[in-house]
Amino acid sequence: MFSFIVRRVGYAIPTLLILIIASFLLMYAAPGGPFTTERALPPEVLKNIQARYGLDDPLPVQIWNYIWNVVTNFDFGPSFKYRDKSVNDIIAQGFPVTLTYGFWSFVFAVIVGLSLGIVAAIRHNTAVDYTAVGISISAQVLPNFVMAPILVLIFTLGLFRLTNGQYYLPGGGWNGGQIEYIIMPVIALSTSYMANIARLARSSMLEVLNSNFIRTAKAKGLSEREVIFKHALKPALMPVISYLGPAFVGMATGSVVVDLYFSTGGMGQYFVNSAFNRDYSVMMGITILIGVLTITFNALVDIIYAWLDPRIRLS
Amino acid sequence: MKFTTMFKTASALAVVAALTGGAYADDHVHPETGEKLAADQTFTYRLLDGLPTLDPQLNEDVSGSDVIRDLFEGLLNQDAEGNLIPGVAESWEASEGNTVYTFKLRDNAKWSNGDPVTAGDFVYAWRRAADPETASPYAWYMELMSLENGKEVIAGEKDPSELGVEAVDDHTLRVKLTSALPYFPSMVTHATTFPTHQATIEEHGDAWTRPENMVSNGAYVLTEWVLNERTTRERNEMYWNNDATILDKVVTLVINDDNVALTRWRAGELDKTEVPAGQYPALKEEFPDQAHSFPRLCNYYYTFNLSDSGPEAFKDVRVRKALSYAVDRKVITDQVLQGGQFQAYTFTPAATAGFEVPDVDFAGMTQAERDEKAKELLAEAGYGPDNPLEFDMLYNTSEGHKRIAVAISQMWKQKLGVEATLGNMEWKTFLETRGNQDFELARGAWCGDYNEASTFLDLLTTPSGYNDGKYSNEEVDQLMADAKTAENPQENYTRVEQILAEEMPVIPVYHYTGVMMLKDNVKGWPFENVEQNWYSRDLYKVAE
Repeated sequence: MFSFIVRRVGYAIPTLLILIIASFLLMYAAPGGPFTTERALPPEVLKNIQARYGLDDPLPVQIWNYIWNVVTNFDFGPSFKYRDKSVNDIIAQGFPVTLTYGFWSFVFAVIVGLSLGIVAAIRHNTAVDYTAVGISISAQVLPNFVMAPILVLIFTLGLFRLTNGQYYLPGGGWNGGQIEYIIMPVIALSTSYMANIARLARSSMLEVLNSNFIRTAKAKGLSEREVIFKHALKPALMPVISYLGPAFVGMATGSVVVDLYFSTGGMGQYFVNSAFNRDYSVMMGITILIGVLTITFNALVDIIYAWLDPRIRLS
Repeated sequence: MKFTTMFKTASALAVVAALTGGAYADDHVHPETGEKLAADQTFTYRLLDGLPTLDPQLNEDVSGSDVIRDLFEGLLNQDAEGNLIPGVAESWEASEGNTVYTFKLRDNAKWSNGDPVTAGDFVYAWRRAADPETASPYAWYMELMSLENGKEVIAGEKDPSELGVEAVDDHTLRVKLTSALPYFPSMVTHATTFPTHQATIEEHGDAWTRPENMVSNGAYVLTEWVLNERTTRERNEMYWNNDATILDKVVTLVINDDNVALTRWRAGELDKTEVPAGQYPALKEEFPDQAHSFPRLCNYYYTFNLSDSGPEAFKDVRVRKALSYAVDRKVITDQVLQGGQFQAYTFTPAATAGFEVPDVDFAGMTQAERDEKAKELLAEAGYGPDNPLEFDMLYNTSEGHKRIAVAISQMWKQKLGVEATLGNMEWKTFLETRGNQDFELARGAWCGDYNEASTFLDLLTTPSGYNDGKYSNEEVDQLMADAKTAENPQENYTRVEQILAEEMPVIPVYHYTGVMMLKDNVKGWPFENVEQNWYSRDLYKVAE
């Protein structure tokens, strides 16, 4: 176990370095810069700004300074666009928001997805199965940018007279994370993940239910409940577990669409905005954060995997 | 000029308002109009994007300025029509042929922590704006104001203390200019010139604009700032004219999409939002009292690349004129935009203060006459069915810009047989490309920094940082330089506009209107102020 973790960290460091350098180079290759404005700044003004942000140094020096500051001070630098904020400020404010609605999306997707998938597999080729598959496929084909306006039409504007204004939800905002502000982002973000989980769970459950050891268990005279919960569930979860790592990172770091549509102030929006704004430092900070999270959760999934399946050894 | 005395009345009114303040707060009636006021005086409006900064000296953002104007108060303010009214300064005097301005500051102005607002606070702020250490993108505003040593301080050649602004005493501020600007007072309503609190900035550094740290002198104080989600500002009890303020609380919500914002306005979550492109006529019909359209100080045009890298064809004035004449601006404003925009035949919008739209020949023709003339000119220049004119037309990616570009290119194709190939680019790439003269014909637009024609016409002078078409005409440069100090610059502007109509370095298309949805219980919005410099303390909500 210990050597597994050491090895994982050993891989993570060069991976992150390559990620940083590649992102840096790609970023600088894009035309324009953070201070490209409509009216070209007078040269003396531009010079002052570039000096302030160290943009007048040669590129290798900039990359070195950046990595040095991150490693020694955990300082991801000032934002180039939001002049009063540092990248740390922006992440400190945006990440808890996405983490909150991402976490609830995860919980929702896992509970609903697993239930749908498992029930569908157990009641294979019945109306229950078809309904569950129908729900998950609808959820799959409705992208969140379609889902979000539909939710707003129903719950905010009370269209279709479904809610009669009784179940009014604010059309966006975060407001410190009050429950009524979280519901719609969670539904919009989690549906496609939920659908994926349901499909994965259904197919692997079906496979497990048709395997020899389940037939043996049934032949022993175990009740259906015992067969499913004691014997079938654990192996059926394996493919789902490997999907949950990246899914959790995806949800916890938020979604551009959800952040922009519901104006949550979360971190997802910066993926796109920081690129448009050429806000180099924010772009780097978020890339690194997602890189670290992805590596961590993949390792975590491997550990859970080994625990669930004794045939897999971490070493 | 003598010390202006016209503001004594204004001050007297303020005193009356202050004395009667307690009375109307109780029975909730507007002191002037007698309207019954709503119990909840919270105004919520939509922002397109998160505020990049709330530091007056660093800000370059229009919606940032709106918030900063509430949080801080400069020397002068604007009234509902855009006229200058006293702010921290009660009066001012120009001397030595408009090169020295002396402002008398009121003695009851206070910071939100109780400190008095002094002339020294303005000196600190102005030096800070120019100081290379601050690295403000708006440092050039100090140059634009013609402050003595402005350019040298920004370039790091002189110490900020040598900037042409000094505190004669706590309530007297003296400004020295390098050229005589008659419109200088109107420039001190701009956020860059607002005072800032030295002790706070020195204590907290970049974090001084956080709600818990900020000390400000405007009618409101910042109480909440969640980046890219919301800001809240609330009544500043220390503000010298706080008793006249009616709105207690102003909230901004960031909503990136116009249609989402409209939905939330319909749901009653917002008092004010913008009208999505093309929806004004329908919304005006649905909400006749709440959909508003009013002139803005902005123009929209296409610029020819006249530099060496530009196409040979555009160096022929007949080609440029032909293309400009053939644009049916009425179709663009009435069919494509549908928000009450104005057809543009001059570069400067008619709404600009003191600007009389000069007679330019092509404005007086009918579109049929213009089309006829365009065909003639293009044929003269040697282009026709056998030798069609072809070029690329560039705009930044946006549905609205695309619709206009498509309409214009179709007009050219139908009337003149011209083949314009459309291209679009993401904003920063577009700016870089246009700035490097790597284009043939490109979209341009500008909103005035201040309400005077030079804010537009300066863009077409040779040294301008926004002259991406590299138009250069010595007479225009000279006329604009002279206009800075002329008693009556209108003659110069008329001449410049006539030269532009003769040489057509750009194709003016339309002048903007602002289109917004404002709940009908919100009163006091300054629709007449073309710069749209609004102050929350002038707004109020009436009872339904």
